[in-house]
Amino acid sequence: MSRAVFTLVLSPEVDAHIRRHGEAAWPYECCGFLYGPADGNPRLITRALRAPNSKEGDQRRRFEIAPTDYLEAERYAADHGLQLLGIYHSHPEHPAVASKHDLAQAMPFFSYVIVSVRGGRAAEMRSWRLRDEVRAFDEETILIAPAFAKH
Amino acid sequence: MAKILIPTPLRKFTGNAATFEVKGATVAEALRALAEAHPQLKPHLFDNAGRLRSFIRVYVGEDDIATLQREDTPLTDEAVVSIVPAIAGGS
Ligand SMILES: [Zn+2]
Repeated sequence: MSRAVFTLVLSPEVDAHIRRHGEAAWPYECCGFLYGPADGNPRLITRALRAPNSKEGDQRRRFEIAPTDYLEAERYAADHGLQLLGIYHSHPEHPAVASKHDLAQAMPFFSYVIVSVRGGRAAEMRSWRLRDEVRAFDEETILIAPAFAKH
Repeated sequence: MAKILIPTPLRKFTGNAATFEVKGATVAEALRALAEAHPQLKPHLFDNAGRLRSFIRVYVGEDDIATLQREDTPLTDEAVVSIVPAIAGGS
């Protein structure tokens, strides 16, 4: 069975937004929403918005987005002619590899972008998408492309 | 007819439809009608025992059905039902 190969294109602004948010939230996990004009492969992300980490408990290792913030994010997409295409979060002092907690709660379709933050500085960024039929992630290739930034 | 709002990640199972109009007296009836119309959606909403999945929240208007009568929450013709995936994870 061949696996889908996905490419995620981030505008430089989105790339910087995720890194800055990860650094600002460190040593805690940050999270937020990713939007683009429409879905496709490559999938373009032209806007990122912060969401509060609503997790009760250890936010150094966990994040959660409140249902009301999620509803707001869907409304934002509809109001701005955008599509909600993914979620980003940070892994303070851990690699940008999707964890078993990420996998357990992952939704289909979304791109899950993870930025590793070490010592308060953003390090590597990787993206993951749930495979069809099986509960496993496939990695998406991330490209940073100024050419796509004009939307 | 009440209206169900489909969250973006589940629209691949509804032929990209963002909304679903439904006759249903309760949240449970409305969601079952949705799952029958779009069978691929069913495993993402219900577990094998037919209960709503723990990672799915349902709102009627601005209210979480957990604070109302859960799946027995009655629906008016003007009701807007939102399916809300729980977004969470960690490292
Ligand atoms: Zn994670």
